[in-house]
Amino acid sequence: MGIENGPVCPLPLPHMERIVMGHGSGGKMSHDLVARLFLPYFDNPVLRQGDDAGAINLGNDQRLAISTDSHVVKPLFFPGGDIGRLAVCGTVNDVAMLGAQPACLSAGFILEEGLEMGVLERVLASMQAAAQEAGVQIVTGDTKVVERGKADGLYINTTGVGVIPTGRQIGGAQARPGDAVILSGPIGDHGMAVLAARGELGFELDVQSDVAPLNHLIAAMLESGAQIHVLRDPTRGGLATTLNEIAMQSGVSILLQEGSIPVRPQVAAVCEALGFDPLYVANEGKLVALLPAQEAGRALEAMRRTRYGEGAALIGQALADSPGRVLMKTRLGSTRVVDRLAGELLPRIC
Amino acid sequence: MKYLEEYREAQLVRGVIDEIRRTVTRPWVMMEICGGQTHSIIRHGLDQLLPAEIELAHGPGCPVCVTPLELIDKALAIAAQPGVIFTSYGDMLRVPGSERDLFSVRATGGDVRVVYSPLDALKIAQQNPDKQVVFFAIGFETTAPANVMSVRQARALGLKNFSILVSHVRVPPAMHAILSAPHNRVQGFLLAGHVCAVMGYWEYPPLATKYGVPMAVAGFEPLDLAQGILQTARMLEAGRVEVENAYARLVSFEGNRPAQQIIGQVFEECDRKWRGIGLIPNSGWRLRPEYEAFNAENRFDVAQIQSEESPLCIAGLVLQGLKKPHECAAFGQPCTPETPLGATMVSSEGACAAYYRYKRSD
Repeated sequence: MGIENGPVCPLPLPHMERIVMGHGSGGKMSHDLVARLFLPYFDNPVLRQGDDAGAINLGNDQRLAISTDSHVVKPLFFPGGDIGRLAVCGTVNDVAMLGAQPACLSAGFILEEGLEMGVLERVLASMQAAAQEAGVQIVTGDTKVVERGKADGLYINTTGVGVIPTGRQIGGAQARPGDAVILSGPIGDHGMAVLAARGELGFELDVQSDVAPLNHLIAAMLESGAQIHVLRDPTRGGLATTLNEIAMQSGVSILLQEGSIPVRPQVAAVCEALGFDPLYVANEGKLVALLPAQEAGRALEAMRRTRYGEGAALIGQALADSPGRVLMKTRLGSTRVVDRLAGELLPRIC
Repeated sequence: MKYLEEYREAQLVRGVIDEIRRTVTRPWVMMEICGGQTHSIIRHGLDQLLPAEIELAHGPGCPVCVTPLELIDKALAIAAQPGVIFTSYGDMLRVPGSERDLFSVRATGGDVRVVYSPLDALKIAQQNPDKQVVFFAIGFETTAPANVMSVRQARALGLKNFSILVSHVRVPPAMHAILSAPHNRVQGFLLAGHVCAVMGYWEYPPLATKYGVPMAVAGFEPLDLAQGILQTARMLEAGRVEVENAYARLVSFEGNRPAQQIIGQVFEECDRKWRGIGLIPNSGWRLRPEYEAFNAENRFDVAQIQSEESPLCIAGLVLQGLKKPHECAAFGQPCTPETPLGATMVSSEGACAAYYRYKRSD
């Protein structure tokens, strides 16, 4: 019968030879790709910080935050947003996560031959509306056209800059043991809204993408007087991956309380059905903040008074032991590891 | 959320666990058959709450894990052919064949698509009459009804460009193999709730009697699993050998008879190789001769592909419940979900992946 005939196993596949979709997941494969290929070539102290934006010293006690992001999404329009709003908010948020007020953006467009002019115009109008909401201007741009079939309608790259005020030190490496971990609202909305908009699920899903500029929310948090150590937006790879990055950068562990992490019931239900964990699903209008525990209440109050922080919640704390690790106290009272996303997020079989 | 939160209610679960603690007087080894149950147990930390007397051995019920290397290599060969759209459940894309996986095939130009149901693959076939559309029909009894429906509908629609690559497996023969192995440690079983929702549990009493092993049909939420463990523990302590149903809200003794009939019309039993375990007689399903035209193995001339697996990890012992994932020297380093050495690390239902994601203590 062969059942007692010991183990068998295939060889590992590290995907070192070609780019696969997992390299774009925002999870460990993306991280490893940057660490293995990009960093050795471009290495410098700013890049080595590993934050969503680079912080450059301007020589007058002020620092400039600069960040760039390319946006590819299918479909171009989805409930709650579109590629244009995404392209503005994504970069505004990356700049704002260092505590900078985003000042202006550049926008580069790769347009596919055959794209309807009306579609492009809708995207541009949406970008302008998002930029206005965030209080930034798009001050330079570029367009290129590629042959039909070489792009999914259009891709947009945006770069943003903003000034970090003197004395402000917010970054992924600034978390301290004892810090409170705050989340600005329910997770998983964007990823599930886009997935449902592709029409492949065979059922409707009543959820809107959360894509939004978060700079006003951050301004409200800073105005509350809270001394914020870390700000980050949990986009691709989800909350779990973002918290793992912070834990590694800061050399702390993070202990989450499962019951305190907000997830909309409809998002939880569809994730359950498809085998996704909301902890790994992308968000485009949420942030996590780490700050001294005694200042958490003040920050939460300020957040809840803003449009994009209504659902803000205290979800855990940073600890000194097991540095680099994220753990979760389950509803049952057990403790488990919360790992980063590995590669591509895949639905399970049954 | 209705029917979800209720079964994760901490106080209710703790109540059942207290009852388990009051029930057990000595050590017992139980096996949860299904990989979905393994993940639920580890993800919710249920194992940490159980009394030390109860050891849960993790069973071979992960369809991705046990799909033999040979079938994966056949899938890769088919998917790489021009003019083919290869469709699969998402999990299978990560499983390595002898040299590459479906991700690599996609990266080198293969048209590989993730679908949520074989009926989606059928739709793709209708929309692409000039392409050959293949669905990778893997799974236990749970996925069989949908998989056979795709073939029946393809025949009804007269589709000439749709076929399935079948690697179906069945639970009872695997349990027979585990229980008859000389090193078997399993004294009680938690039966897979979703499998039993389709098949009922009429196949199990003869197995229980033959090997003197009590069983309880169990669901997937912490409360369901705790209830299954409690009922199995009670039978073990009382020396009763029966098959009880701890998942009655979904499972009946007869199961879904129409589904069983359709499966019987399209599939017939066959011997099947299980990755990590080997050949188990009568443990699989294949297409009946009258549906042979939909067999991708024939359509693409891959029947001659034979693959040998190399002995590098202990996936086989894990799948039989003889070892725990972290007892493997390769666990966590170098074997991780991105660089899996074994299928149990690859699948979201695999025991090693569950331990890696939720239980690492390095």
